[in-house]
Amino acid sequence: MKSTGGLPRIGVLAIQGNFASHAEALTEAGADPIEVRKPGELAGLDGLILPGGESTTMLRFLEKLRFFDLLEEFCAEKPVFGTCAGAILLAREVRNPAQRSLGLLDAVVERNAYGRQIDSAILTAETSLPGGPLEMVFIRAPRILETGPAVEVLARRDGYAVLVRQGTLMAATFHPELSADRRVHRLFVGTMASPAPRK
Amino acid sequence: MSDSMENKSFTGTGLRLKIGLAEMLKGGVIMDVMNVEQARIAEESGATSVMALERVPAMIRAEGGVARMAKPSLIKQIIQAVSIPVMAKARIGHFAEAQILQELGVDFIDESEVLTPADEAHHIDKHAFTTPFVCGARNLGEALRRIAEGAAMIRTKGEAGTGDVVHAVQHMRQITSEMRGLTVLTEQELYKAAKDLQAPYELVRMVARTGKLPVPNFSAGGIATPADASLMMQLGAEAIFVGSGIFMKERATPLDVENDPKEREEAVSRAKAIVMATTHFKDPKILAEVAEQVTGTMKGLAAAGLDESQLLQTRGW
Repeated sequence: MKSTGGLPRIGVLAIQGNFASHAEALTEAGADPIEVRKPGELAGLDGLILPGGESTTMLRFLEKLRFFDLLEEFCAEKPVFGTCAGAILLAREVRNPAQRSLGLLDAVVERNAYGRQIDSAILTAETSLPGGPLEMVFIRAPRILETGPAVEVLARRDGYAVLVRQGTLMAATFHPELSADRRVHRLFVGTMASPAPRK
Repeated sequence: MSDSMENKSFTGTGLRLKIGLAEMLKGGVIMDVMNVEQARIAEESGATSVMALERVPAMIRAEGGVARMAKPSLIKQIIQAVSIPVMAKARIGHFAEAQILQELGVDFIDESEVLTPADEAHHIDKHAFTTPFVCGARNLGEALRRIAEGAAMIRTKGEAGTGDVVHAVQHMRQITSEMRGLTVLTEQELYKAAKDLQAPYELVRMVARTGKLPVPNFSAGGIATPADASLMMQLGAEAIFVGSGIFMKERATPLDVENDPKEREEAVSRAKAIVMATTHFKDPKILAEVAEQVTGTMKGLAAAGLDESQLLQTRGW
């Protein structure tokens, strides 16, 4: 379902976290962002972003009102992009500590793997995205420890995957919404136009 | 020289990472905790962060004495106990306490008027630290002075430890209306505005262009109920700090969450309700349900009845 302007309507989970910056980034990348706080608000969306923030806080909300089940159904059908906490929510398995997740992305993710806030960093490196080096902002970032065969790695930090794609699912352990470069959001918005099979 | 200038710039790595963490806490609740059990309750109730301290403001207010940084052993235990970010308070101007907190690995330092000030003229040079800082403010000039010193987050000051939201409201309205006022001024008038605000011209100009602070603006002090949290969010707060509102029973007596299951349950119900209200602050239907589920509220102290000398909010220069 498309809005009258023809732009894809992309939800941003707005329980808590950096959802406002994602909404701005989506507008700049050519989409119509919609804040999602309740499960009913998923209806009619073309895609969804699970933003950075605290994954434990988001889980407390998702465990109510069948939100988790409806989100699982949505993610199985529509493109979804998880950043930082959102990547943790998408993973097959979460460590440090173990916690519930949607289990859709074939990856094992370790929380707070790069240490505490004083270990946060901004790196600029070559990735699989065309257009030169990409700035990546890591804040109390998780680490993708393992990925399954269906997962394509688009960027790495010290050998570990930091930007991945599995069909129409995307996940980043950094925060593309905190950089001025919109290539990552445009890549996600682009999956709306050409849906690919997940496996 | 160029290094330190780079550090102080809003486009420099240091400040961007500090503000980045503040961005991740938006829309959430940061809870004061005095022990490991309270920290666990905060995390399981959906807090985005905990503030480790030995006495919450209501107790400091009732008991008096010099209020200092929490013991390192307590801060370490709380860091061990939860996976969410941990904050801790340093006294105003006490950069040695802040150095210790940074060394302990806290994620955010609150240079706080709730503790007894260590310097009556200078605040901490927060650019000198890797750990981000949050500071209180009652008006735009105070907020911009703190940002000039390197604060990565502002919290508008209510009167801490009272459970009375009136001053949090007053100061949030003050700051938002002062910001709106700047947006209509001419370039010439901005120089005078900077002089009147006693704040750096460059920061005044940034606010005039965007209509908001260059760092996230949260609310703290006197927020005790889900409705209080909703009120502050609707007035423009981007997240909420709750101090004495969750774990206090009477004026200086905390709920016994370690030994009394009923009192633990009460703390959990208050904590969950404020978290729900902060996310759904614009949704009166959910707010009504949430307010109904709370089993108690701290008794509180009317801020209007306090002497000038008893106010914590006037600390900060």
